Amino acid sequence: MSGAFETRTEMLRITDLHAFYGESHVLHGIDLRVKEGELVTLLGRNGSGRSTTLKSVMGLVGRRTGSVMFDGREVTTLAPHRITRLGIGYCPEERGIFSGLTTEENLMLPPEVKGGGMSIEEIYAVFPNLYERRTSPGTRLSGGEQQMLAMARILRTGARLLLLDEITEGLAPVIVKKLGEVIRLLKSRGYTIVLVEQNFRFAAPLADRHFVLEHGRIVATVQKDELAAKTEMLHELLGV
Amino acid sequence: MDSSIAATAASPSPARPTRRRGWGWVALVALGLVLPFVVSPIFVMKVLCFALFASAFNLLLGFAGLLSFGHAAFFGGAAYVCAALSKYVGLTPELAILGGAIFAAGLGAIFGALSIRRAGIYLTMITLALAQLVFFLAVQLPLTGGEDGLQGVPRGKLFGLIDLADDHTMYFFVFAVFCAGFWLIHRTIHSPFGQVLSAIRANEPRAISLGYDVARYKLLAFVLSATIAGVAGAMKALVFQLASLTDVDWHMSGEVVLMTLLGGLGTIFGPAAGAFTIVALQNELADKVGPWVSVIMGVIFVVCVLAFRRGLVGELMALRGSRRETMNERTNRTANAL
Amino acid sequence: MDIFGISSQALFGQLLLGLVNGSFYAILSLGLAVIFGLLNIINFSHGTLYMFGAFVALLGLNHLGMNYWVALVVAPAVVGLLGVVIERSMLKRLYQLDHLYGLLLTFGLVLIGEGIFRYFFGVSGASYAVPESLRGGVDLGFMFMPLYRGWVVAAALVVCFVTWWVIERTPLGATLRAATEKPLLVQALGINVPVLVTTTFGAGVALAAFAGVLAAPIVQVSPGMGANLIIVVFAVVVIGGMGSIAGSIVTGLGLGLIEGLTKLVYPAGSAVVIFVVMIIVLLFRPAGLFGKQA
Repeated sequence: MSGAFETRTEMLRITDLHAFYGESHVLHGIDLRVKEGELVTLLGRNGSGRSTTLKSVMGLVGRRTGSVMFDGREVTTLAPHRITRLGIGYCPEERGIFSGLTTEENLMLPPEVKGGGMSIEEIYAVFPNLYERRTSPGTRLSGGEQQMLAMARILRTGARLLLLDEITEGLAPVIVKKLGEVIRLLKSRGYTIVLVEQNFRFAAPLADRHFVLEHGRIVATVQKDELAAKTEMLHELLGV
Repeated sequence: MDSSIAATAASPSPARPTRRRGWGWVALVALGLVLPFVVSPIFVMKVLCFALFASAFNLLLGFAGLLSFGHAAFFGGAAYVCAALSKYVGLTPELAILGGAIFAAGLGAIFGALSIRRAGIYLTMITLALAQLVFFLAVQLPLTGGEDGLQGVPRGKLFGLIDLADDHTMYFFVFAVFCAGFWLIHRTIHSPFGQVLSAIRANEPRAISLGYDVARYKLLAFVLSATIAGVAGAMKALVFQLASLTDVDWHMSGEVVLMTLLGGLGTIFGPAAGAFTIVALQNELADKVGPWVSVIMGVIFVVCVLAFRRGLVGELMALRGSRRETMNERTNRTANAL
Repeated sequence: MDIFGISSQALFGQLLLGLVNGSFYAILSLGLAVIFGLLNIINFSHGTLYMFGAFVALLGLNHLGMNYWVALVVAPAVVGLLGVVIERSMLKRLYQLDHLYGLLLTFGLVLIGEGIFRYFFGVSGASYAVPESLRGGVDLGFMFMPLYRGWVVAAALVVCFVTWWVIERTPLGATLRAATEKPLLVQALGINVPVLVTTTFGAGVALAAFAGVLAAPIVQVSPGMGANLIIVVFAVVVIGGMGSIAGSIVTGLGLGLIEGLTKLVYPAGSAVVIFVVMIIVLLFRPAGLFGKQA
């Protein structure tokens, strides 16, 4: 954990978060702090609770206890749409592109939650494919294009905290490379990013910190500069 | 699936000792035999007809999970057929009822074959539309007597020997038929066929993957439910010596849904309890409040859906803490049994 | 002029009547489809709220001197508000449950609504005069067209088109379409879906009330006018499927036309022809003409 005195604000503070799917106790007390401008990853095997952690922040999980504070505000009492409007952008694992909407409609769907979001021209500049396919139904896009769309639409809103769930899953290496560039660009612009990733090689060069989850608990924290030293431990935990 | 209609259904408790249950049945039968001497036999006969109707309906909804909003077509259609057979053909009552039942079975096969092609809510709308078709036929065909209905239907002589004109004699016949129908429903629910139905309702894709011809099971459930509903309707025609448009009206379809919902979906005795309550309510209120009966029915519907989904019997069973299978237990049980 | 042995007046007159009926089928099935898409509930009370709209016009005229044109705006507003109350107080609680409960609850509302109106207005109802400016008709050569009927079809087409356009071509419609697909994700993207749902239900039933005002001068304004109509509309919905807005409109109008033609050649069958079409469609195209599977 970082030292007590920090010059940057704390964007996200999760304290003792427990989450339940029906009878199933899925998260067992997650503690997590992310400062503004940081990029952290949630690593772990399938079912370790990484996606659930993101969903719990957004209020999309059945029942939770504990505290989630965004930019100093408690959000566990708020409905999902209110949480988003505080300035969070969520990119779900299944991408969530709407088949009944064109690409451009998908892109324009989320409302602006803060000023300073990317303009539509900027977005089309970063993602030219989306401009070409803007009148196609959203689901006619390739997997990679849909992922770009899912990210582009939250960049438009002005959200400063991005929760990205498995963005490289099932995508070709050239697309993954492009996504890496986009993430680097966003980091350079001061976005705070929480990345859930299976692909350790993708996440490693990008993140300031890595959290490893197992059975709904954080079992290891690795700073960027500790990566080389702790590689073996990570390989063991992640089964890579 | 947890919040499906099926989930509110309580299952008959298998844990109660058989001997105690045996006495329970005997007590009910004894009660049935004594009732016509305590209250109006016509009233009890009406209750029995509707109790059978609702129980038949419950077979389809509470156990197979299919909501038909057109059961009046079976009930009223069989009533008309039975009435016509008795009045114009001079058949004895048991044959007239049989004729009504056969008609209802055929109609059930048609309704089932058509509505099963679409799932869920479409199925319900299709049954409603088909029943309305039957209603219009009943209005227009000369045989059915239009607005007046078929009146002056003779009860006839049972087996050609026993005159049913006396209400008490008629009652015992109705009670016997009711018991037979009720027993048939009870047996069906506990049979392998009934278990497959429950499994289909709980998890249709799984049932399909296990190789069951789901469409055929649903169709059979439809036919069975329709036939017994037809028996109830045919009996009612003989009891009141009248078959009328009310019997095929969609309000009648709604009423049987209400009886089953109020009494307890998926319980054995729920529909009968609901039928008794509604018939008694209508009896008491019809003269006094006129159109408000409809309003009261509507309010009961709304209250039941919002706050009382387990129904009278369901709530009673929950209160008594009798061993009520949860949805998961029942699914596992039926799934494992397959 | 004669076509197939039928006078052109009779033919086109009946076709117009068919279009008029079809207009009501289209407006009502449109409302049902929109509500079903978002709420996953079949609103049995749609017909009752249509009746309510007609009564608002009738009572408004008799007690408040409210003319027809004002009623066309007021009735949908009043019924829309009632719809909002119904959704917030009752329907909202059913979303987690099997969608059949929604049908059952709205059926209960039908009984309540019909019962109350029957108490106050009896079974036969009352007539509502055609507004002055729409009386009489115009000679088109091949037929004489009563102005009011032409107006009904025109108004219905406009309303249906506007509804289609809002849903398919505007950002609001995009939000609605998205919420129909994945309501939780739409919330996570920052949109207040519960309010959207409430508003949509209100708008859907307001459409029904609009149809009710349109219908008032044509049919007797009676408590039962909605119930029998809604069952036919159910058949229309089964035939067309509920997946497509345009599909609902086309199906409604088309079936109205078929009904009108049937009246010409076989009058006794006109009451049931739509049900017969439903049976045929179920046999050959079980998924419906336009719909995606429910």
